[in-house]
Amino acid sequence: MAGTGAGIMSPSEKYTAAAYLVVFVAVLAYVVIIASKLQRLQREVARLVELAKERQHG
Amino acid sequence: MTYLRDVGALARKDLLLELRAKETLPAMLLFVVAMLTIFHFALPSGSSDAATLGLLWSALVLTALLGLTRAFVAEREQGMFDALVLAPCDRSAIWLGKSLSVLAFLVCAEAVALPAFALFFSGVDARTVAAVALADLGICTVGTLFGAMAVAGRARELLLPLLFLPAAIPIVVGGVGGYLWFLALYDVLFAVLAWATFEYVVAET
Amino acid sequence: MAGGCLVVFTTALALVFFYAPTDANQGLSQRIFYFHVPLAFTAYACFGWGAWKALRHLWKRDPEADLESYVAIHQGVIFGALTLATGSIWAKISWGVWWSWGEDQLVLFLVLFLFYCAYFMLRYSVEPGPQRANMCAVYALFGVVLIPVSFLAIRLSKSFIHPVVFTSHGYQMTNSQFLTFCVCLVAMLSLFVTLYSIELAGKRLDASLRELRELLA
Repeated sequence: MAGTGAGIMSPSEKYTAAAYLVVFVAVLAYVVIIASKLQRLQREVARLVELAKERQHG
Repeated sequence: MTYLRDVGALARKDLLLELRAKETLPAMLLFVVAMLTIFHFALPSGSSDAATLGLLWSALVLTALLGLTRAFVAEREQGMFDALVLAPCDRSAIWLGKSLSVLAFLVCAEAVALPAFALFFSGVDARTVAAVALADLGICTVGTLFGAMAVAGRARELLLPLLFLPAAIPIVVGGVGGYLWFLALYDVLFAVLAWATFEYVVAET
Repeated sequence: MAGGCLVVFTTALALVFFYAPTDANQGLSQRIFYFHVPLAFTAYACFGWGAWKALRHLWKRDPEADLESYVAIHQGVIFGALTLATGSIWAKISWGVWWSWGEDQLVLFLVLFLFYCAYFMLRYSVEPGPQRANMCAVYALFGVVLIPVSFLAIRLSKSFIHPVVFTSHGYQMTNSQFLTFCVCLVAMLSLFVTLYSIELAGKRLDASLRELRELLA
């Protein structure tokens, strides 16, 4: 990939793209972490709802 | 006046404990001389005075760190910390007393380290001595506060260098460059901040 | 808010790549500036906000302030790390090295990065409780005082460590460059506000769920 990239892009372009990519990847990683946390919270809520229902019936 | 008397009593207590136990000060003295010896072998022969002076400063900061790590250990090990906090004195007096005792240890260690440095490497001028004295104040004020934080954690000895070294970088800059006004500024700024905030660090609520 | 952030961010990116003129001296790589400097400003804003919340905690005993201060500093470290990364890439293009001690901002961020990483060590080493909240608040206040002091120190240190001063930042921005820069700054700050409120909401949700679980168990 580096070989093909070097053909089209100058080093300056590559580094600029890399800088923006770093920021993008960091934000993306953050969003993924938050999403996984959200899933965990969702599971937790579902479990608690089950528990509350059991209480009500039992 | 009672404030000053409390501070004096607390500092004297630490010094008396040290006189009896003789733990911290000998360790600091041996450490700083060992550091200087290591630097002799770490430096290429014919290094400039500027390079050796820089190493003197790193030796001083690390020696101070050694003393600071020990500063609150006695209180924690013997459960004296809670008693100290409950004592009917202003809590910032604890900080000031502890800073003074650490300062005393540090000055003793430097009274050996600076002549040793002059003997091994090159002479020290009055400017360096003044810078060391000013830096000591900054190291003790900031270090004592961070030391009180570090003993509350699980990692204790591990935590203090991490907290203290980034904050000590300006001291090293001021010391190596000989910027006395900058060191004085650092001292005043952080002494006021540490004095004002120490009571929160030891408060349980 | 997330939608607004997205709009501003898209505008900012479009301005950076299609509107702002390519710099005559530095060429394309000058466009890193539009992200690098706003990232740095946002990191300062995060640390400042964290310290403000820390002050609120110590002063007014605001019960939410401890968590808010922590989240702001967490964001600040992320933005600071990105500042380091983009700055390092910029140094590579401009001077051919990955790290330049001559760059004040970059060195300052290294110091701050070390300092605030220790904040997390402190926070996770102490048992949760009022004492931990107090300590973290005090440490955050020290951090915000350390920023100008360190900056001054780094400035001073250059006079005896690095006689060569890089002056590539001293150029004047044209109007269109300045506009792009401002939009990027707003975009970055809105990103901070968005991420801050999301993380805070998550943390609060987590805490109330834990409470609920204890009530039900």
